[in-house]
Amino acid sequence: MTNDLARWQFAATSIYHFLFVPVTIGLAFLVAILQTAWYRTDNPDYKRMTRFFGTLLLINVAVGVVTGLVQEFEFGMNWSTYSRYVGGVFGAPLAMEGLAAFFLESTFLGLWLFGWNRLPKRVHLATIWAVAIGSMLSAMFILVANSWMQHPVGYKLNSAGQPVLNNVWALFVNPTFLWGYAHVILASLITGCLVMLAVSAWYLRKAQHVEAFGRTARVALIVLIPTIVIQLSVGNQLGVIENKYQPMKIAAAEAQWNSCKPCSFSMFQIGGGANDQTPTEIIAIPHLLSVLATGTWSGPVTGLNQLQAQYQTKYGPGNYVPDVFIQYWSMRVMAYLGSLILLLALWGGWLLYRGKLHSSRLFLGLSVWAVFTPFLMNTAGWLLTESGRQPWIVQGLQKTVNANSPSVSATEIWISLVVLALAYIVLGAADLMLMLRYSRRGLAAADSEAEADQPTSQTPVHALTY
Amino acid sequence: MQLHTIWFIIIAVFWVGFFVLEGFDFGVGMLHMLIGRDETGRRVTINTIGPWWDGNEVWLIVAGAAMFAAFPGWYATMFSALYLALLLVLVALFGRGVSFEYRGKGDTSRWRNGWSWALTIGSALIPLLIGVGLGDLLYGLPINQHHDFTGNFFDLLTGYGLMTGVALLTLCLLHGATFLALRTTDEIRDRARAAARRIGPVAIVVNIAWAIWTLVVVGGGTVPEPTQIFGVIAVIFAWLLSSTDHDGWAFASSGFAIAAAIGQIFIALYPNVMISSTNTAYDLTVNNTASGHYALIVMTVVAVIFFPLVLLYQGWSFHVFRARVKAPPAPADGS
Repeated sequence: MTNDLARWQFAATSIYHFLFVPVTIGLAFLVAILQTAWYRTDNPDYKRMTRFFGTLLLINVAVGVVTGLVQEFEFGMNWSTYSRYVGGVFGAPLAMEGLAAFFLESTFLGLWLFGWNRLPKRVHLATIWAVAIGSMLSAMFILVANSWMQHPVGYKLNSAGQPVLNNVWALFVNPTFLWGYAHVILASLITGCLVMLAVSAWYLRKAQHVEAFGRTARVALIVLIPTIVIQLSVGNQLGVIENKYQPMKIAAAEAQWNSCKPCSFSMFQIGGGANDQTPTEIIAIPHLLSVLATGTWSGPVTGLNQLQAQYQTKYGPGNYVPDVFIQYWSMRVMAYLGSLILLLALWGGWLLYRGKLHSSRLFLGLSVWAVFTPFLMNTAGWLLTESGRQPWIVQGLQKTVNANSPSVSATEIWISLVVLALAYIVLGAADLMLMLRYSRRGLAAADSEAEADQPTSQTPVHALTY
Repeated sequence: MQLHTIWFIIIAVFWVGFFVLEGFDFGVGMLHMLIGRDETGRRVTINTIGPWWDGNEVWLIVAGAAMFAAFPGWYATMFSALYLALLLVLVALFGRGVSFEYRGKGDTSRWRNGWSWALTIGSALIPLLIGVGLGDLLYGLPINQHHDFTGNFFDLLTGYGLMTGVALLTLCLLHGATFLALRTTDEIRDRARAAARRIGPVAIVVNIAWAIWTLVVVGGGTVPEPTQIFGVIAVIFAWLLSSTDHDGWAFASSGFAIAAAIGQIFIALYPNVMISSTNTAYDLTVNNTASGHYALIVMTVVAVIFFPLVLLYQGWSFHVFRARVKAPPAPADGS
């Protein structure tokens, strides 16, 4: 009971946290590009757009930062057995994250926000790049830690059976980390691009500030097209890597109960819940699963039943099959929505090339609604990753069921679940309200803020930023 | 010196840095309505910490993460024992952290007042609750042979823990007031100094009482530690200096007082990291909670490379925004 509650809490808080993180990483990078464009061309439109999207970035960072605190505390609060067991390995990248990335991101965000007209233009530009790089570094250390839970490396077991770090480099060249990190950064860029594209398309559709938002739509599309193309192949390669180290995860994602060779890919199925081994397949494409999971035309995929037998021999009795329904559908949400976004991006690129971006109302309308897709894909990605690792908390080393805090009662977790849920609803409502409001209020306010930066009297008094 | 000891000191330094830096942010947060009074005044006070509060808060993250990495056993027991207290800290961190960015982005006075209260209450709860937690480390909590906490929420509310929380609260108030006096002009500065003069005597009495209680808890003698003596002297200096024009020295004194307060907890604690009130044999120590040697070496290398860099760019940020914050002249159209 307490274990399930602790799992619900961790899942809910980390999914929520990761709604904001990719927006921050993606927008920080895009805002840095806009400011660089302003620095290079001196075109005031780029400054206005830096301001405009900078505000949206800040609204998101606020929630991203405070919900990140919960994640750091939660390991100790709800998962003390886990923390005590693996802290000697897992804690290191978290501490590195604070020292090498989060300090950088936070300090330079303050410098950027308050530094308009106080810092030389070039230095001020460097501060937003420091924020963008800091947020990506931050994700890097977190992914190092998470990848170690997926595929533990660089450790040996001591006499008490506890993992002890003996090769820190191995953590950073862990294949699960390298591909997983690329996947997360690309996903973040896609999220940022789709947010920027949606806001720009909304204005273009209403024929407001066409010049300025035409530029940001262009920047968003130019970044989005290569990013989504690369992402689809990185996602595919990540599947191959995971199939190697966590075959259960991928077999479950394909609802492949029995070994196959060659394997066809199930496009759509009905059923396939907990123990439903014979779902109704609607469409199956021959050989595609072999290609996706192994990178070869007729590669074999071991089925869940065969893996279950292997695991029982290796780790003792127990159920080692993750939730097939979650795995199957989160994989498809990513793949299908990702493909749709690829089509949208290519269409946008073609319109851009033909100079018709402003006039295609259908494209602009779809682009506004496409803003929901990255959040669905990001959530699906983490569900696939984390649910697919179950029953393990650290693959092969510790089971989730043995990892929670023995001293924390179900009542306490209930209290924290309710309190956090209420707090997150308030935070989310405030964030959404401000995002919509600041997305829709046009450029007048951003312009007046920019004006307020200019010294107006003999003794320079700076505008109150907050 | 043993690596365990070095990491205990590094963690103590992170906690000291957190309270010295974020301490004035808490003080400003608690006092911003009183000292700022009207909307413009409130905004001036909030803007004095605007560029820095976020970076300052990272010291807490790093302190927690360093405990996780260097002393997983300590982190695990402490965070799960302080469960509901930390939940409250988190909620306070939400309200406060978001209020900076969101407060000024609404138009109604209801919106702004709401976030102002979130800032005030959040800024008071965090040092109070963390103070209770740090006090409890030293005073002792029911902990069994597996290093698991066996008590409930009310066991956390020890008299000494609460006293530690109150002592840190008064120090943060004083530190915030001396900071505001240093960072503002005219009436706001006057009000900040008046606040420091009023808080001063309370802080002095509370801190002397707390220092004596600490001696009783630690036991084994009546001679106070030098840190305790200097800490109390620093509180008195901060109070005296707030009647003079030496804003900078007053602020330095209150900062020193906070550093000494956190420092003395960790000095009294070593080589233990968490006392078991059940049985001294179950005490958590630097030795029985530490990570492996190799992990500590790696962390030391990382700290040696990155910590000086952090100090450098945080110091630069303090330098860039060193000018006192003033309200801009009212716009001509009076809006």
